[in-house]
Formats: sequence, C-alpha cells, structure tokens
Amino acid sequence: MADQILQVEHLEKYYQKRHVLYDINFSVAKGEVVTLLGPSGSGKSTLIRCLNGLEPYQKGTITFEGQQVDPTEKNWQQIRQKIGMVFQSYDLFPNLTVIDNIMLGPTKVQKQSADATRAEAIQLLQRVGLEDYADAYPRMLSGGQKQRIAIVRALALHPDFMLFDEVTASLDPEMVRGVLNIIKDLAETDNMTMIVVTHEMNFAQEIADRVLFLENGKILEQTPSKQFFAKPQTDRAQEFLDSMDF
Amino acid sequence: MDHSGISVLFEGTNFTRLLGGLWVTVKIAGIALILGLILGIVLGVLRTFRNRLLRLILRLYLEFFRIVPTVVLLFLFYYILPKQLNFNLPADQIATLVFALWVGAEMSDIVRGALISVPKHQRESGLAIGLNRHQLYRYVLIPQAITLEIPATINLATRVIKTTSLLMLISVMDVINIGQQIIEANNHTHPTGVFWVYGLIFLFYFLIDYPLSWWAKRLEKRRLERTNG
Ligand SMILES: Nc1ncnc2c1ncn2[C@@H]1O[C@H](COP(=O)(O)OP(=O)(O)O)[C@@H](O)[C@H]1O
Ligand SMILES: [Mg+2]
Repeated sequence: MADQILQVEHLEKYYQKRHVLYDINFSVAKGEVVTLLGPSGSGKSTLIRCLNGLEPYQKGTITFEGQQVDPTEKNWQQIRQKIGMVFQSYDLFPNLTVIDNIMLGPTKVQKQSADATRAEAIQLLQRVGLEDYADAYPRMLSGGQKQRIAIVRALALHPDFMLFDEVTASLDPEMVRGVLNIIKDLAETDNMTMIVVTHEMNFAQEIADRVLFLENGKILEQTPSKQFFAKPQTDRAQEFLDSMDF
Repeated sequence: MDHSGISVLFEGTNFTRLLGGLWVTVKIAGIALILGLILGIVLGVLRTFRNRLLRLILRLYLEFFRIVPTVVLLFLFYYILPKQLNFNLPADQIATLVFALWVGAEMSDIVRGALISVPKHQRESGLAIGLNRHQLYRYVLIPQAITLEIPATINLATRVIKTTSLLMLISVMDVINIGQQIIEANNHTHPTGVFWVYGLIFLFYFLIDYPLSWWAKRLEKRRLERTNG
C-alpha cells in the first residue's frame, strides 16, 4: 500500500544469545494509531526501540516511508528526525532550560533559525499549558509537566511518526490524564501516526485504530481496536484483558 | 647582632622574592591545570568510545602517570629524556609539561567516570531527537559530566598545588627554593629564620588550598542535596 509509513518484515532480535523478538511482521498506515499491548517482559519496549534504531536487530527489514532502512548509525540519525520517541522515564536534559531542551534538536540537528524555533516552541508549550515554564529547569517541574515537555521536544522536530513507550507508567495517578489527553489530541487534531505502548486500557481503547498483541516476543494477533476490546482472537489476549480489569 | 627571627622575612627584598617564588609556583600549577584539563577532557571522551586498542593505550598512559612518583617523572623529563632525545627546555617549562601530562591522565579518569555515570536514558533521549555523536557529547553528556566532576577536579587541583613543592628538585625558582636560599643566606644572622620562612610558606599554601577544598566540599554537598531532593 502506498500510504504505509512503516513496514516491518521478519524482524528477529537477540540480546546476546537471548532471543527476544520472533519473526515480527506488521505495518502502520499514515494517520493510524496502533497500540502495542502485552504482558511485562513480552518485548514491547525492545520492539519500538528497534523502530528508531536504538536497538540493533539481527534479521529482517524495516521500511520507513517507502525506503528500506540500511541500519547504519548515520542513516538512523537521519531517520530519527522523522520519528519522535517519548520514554517512560521523562528524560529532559537537566543541564538545559525547558525552552533549550525543546530547541536543541531543531537548531542543532536541523539547523533551523533560533527565532523561528523559539516562536514555535512557545506555541507548543502553550498547547500543553506550560508556556510559563519556558525558562525553568527540569528539576523544578513535576513528573507530569516533564513528560508533557518531553512530548513537545519530540514534536518540535516535526516528526511524521511518534513512538510512545509507557509514558505514563511512572507518573502519579493525577498526572496521567493530562499527558494522555495530549497524545489523544495529537491523534485527533494532527492525525499523527503513532505506536503507543500503554498499560492504560481505557486509553488504549479510546485512541487505537488497531491493537498489536505481543507475548514472549511474538505478535499473537493484530486486530482492529473495537473488535479486540470486545472479543480478541486469542485466548491469551482475552486472559490479558481480564487480568487488566478495567 | 641579635635579630628576632621574623624580621628575616622583611629584610631587603626577601618578601618580594618569596612572593615572586609563589607566583612561579602558582603559574606552573595554573597553566598545567588548564592544559591538563583540556587534555583530560579529550582523553576522557576517547576512553568512552568502543575502540579497544585506543582504550588500552589511554589506560596505560593513565597508569603510567599514576604509578610513577611525581619526583621520578620530574627527574625523567629534566635529566634523562633531554639527553636521550636531545631537546632542551627551561626547568619551569619542563615542570609545566610534566604536571600537565599528569593532570591530563588523572583528569581523563575523572571525565570518563563522570561520562559513564550520566544515565543511559539521557544518551537515548539525545539520540532520539537526532543528535549525532559529536552533538550528543557536546550538548548533553559533557555538560552533565562536568557538574559531576567539579569536586574531584578541585581536589586534583589542590593535590597539584601541594605537589609543586617538589619543583625545587629540578631547580625551578619556586617559593620553596627561594625560601631555602633566604634561610641559607641568613643562617648566621637569623638562626630561627627557617621557622619563619617555612611558616610563611605554610601560610601561602594554606591560603590557596584551603578555600579550594572548602569549595569542593560545598559543591559536592549541594549536588547531593539536589539529587536527593
Ligand atoms: N538490554 C537488555 N539486555 C538483555 N535483555 C534485555 C534487555 N532489555 C530487555 N531485555 C529482555 O528482553 C525481554 C523483553 O523486554 P522489554 O522489551 O523491556 O519488554 P516489555 O517492554 O514488554 O516489558 C525481557 O525478557 C527483558 O528481560
Ligand atoms: Mg517496556
């Protein structure tokens, strides 16, 4: 399909001798929201880290925007500008102010002008309700605020594709909704293509177009979201949903 | 003639000579620290790269300067190497060179330690926004490593300043060497001069080193408070 942004074919991943991903095949269409669900240790983080080259893989291919990725560090460095990633641990750079965290990528990597970048960074901060914190250092912020800024930092590079790895898992419960709403707004307003790993089943149900269910390094099923949450195809996925009691 | 010992310090040009010696000491330590710091940052960064051979060579360099006593290094560079390799530098430049190489070695270990203790997530977040290796070190890892390494660096500086007391062994006219000359010249007239001259030198060293180690302690305390709070 022409509108596919990402295709993964026969991907296999080992940590030294240990086989952690088995024959992974899936694709993501432009504008699609895929949630990656599965028990802890099933390989969700490993898989999405492979997708922007933070983890090497041993077999298979990744095709991004129609180009098969030749997995050298230099190529990945180019591709990462198109793929935003936000992690569970909110890792703003503590040595930089909020605005400098956001501007680092656009100005240094993409060589954009500082003025234009700053104006846009402020706009993005307004969008997440944190424009008053532009000159604050990350240590002065709450976890939820840091995570919202980490999302802004990724968006400032104008990515075509976003990866979210359990971005609310380390947050206080009252902070979670604010962060999830931003992701949801991104999906709905911007039509952003994304893969979301989450333990928030209600949220997954709200935003997902499709669910990939991963267990022990294998994709057990890929099911449209409505159908998955009503009645998944595999018993394992049903057990997983039951265990999440939401 | 009966002089009280302390007057030896202020007779003739003695006091200005001692200050001049102190300046030589401070200059050698200061230049060596600056050069060594730059060298140490470069070597410390290189020691975090994957290349095995490079890491081994730099490791040997560190161990050499760490194991061989500074006196021996000074003799080696002042008496032995010039004859073998046929180069000649004045004693104070030799001393600066030896101290800079020593600081560079120690600094490389401090920098490497600080760099590898920057959390892995920081490196990955940097890569995720498309930074290349050079940019990652420059904007993310090195600035964070520097805040971790400042106390250790200041402690190294105090050690370097203390160790400059060895400079007289290769006849640099540092504060101790000049003090020694003054003592010898005034031995008959001021038998207790040795006490006053060394007393003053002690005070000089204390006035330089004590604030430094106080500063290092304070920075370390602040850093711990910050990471815990
Ligand atoms: N850096 C690593 N080295 C070795 N094994 C790892 C590493 N990271 C993850 N693993 C292992 O790979 C498997 C998948 O882990 P992960 O991708 O983190 O799963 P998930 O994100 O679904 O919890 C787990 O068994 C985990 O222990
Ligand atoms: Mg994970």
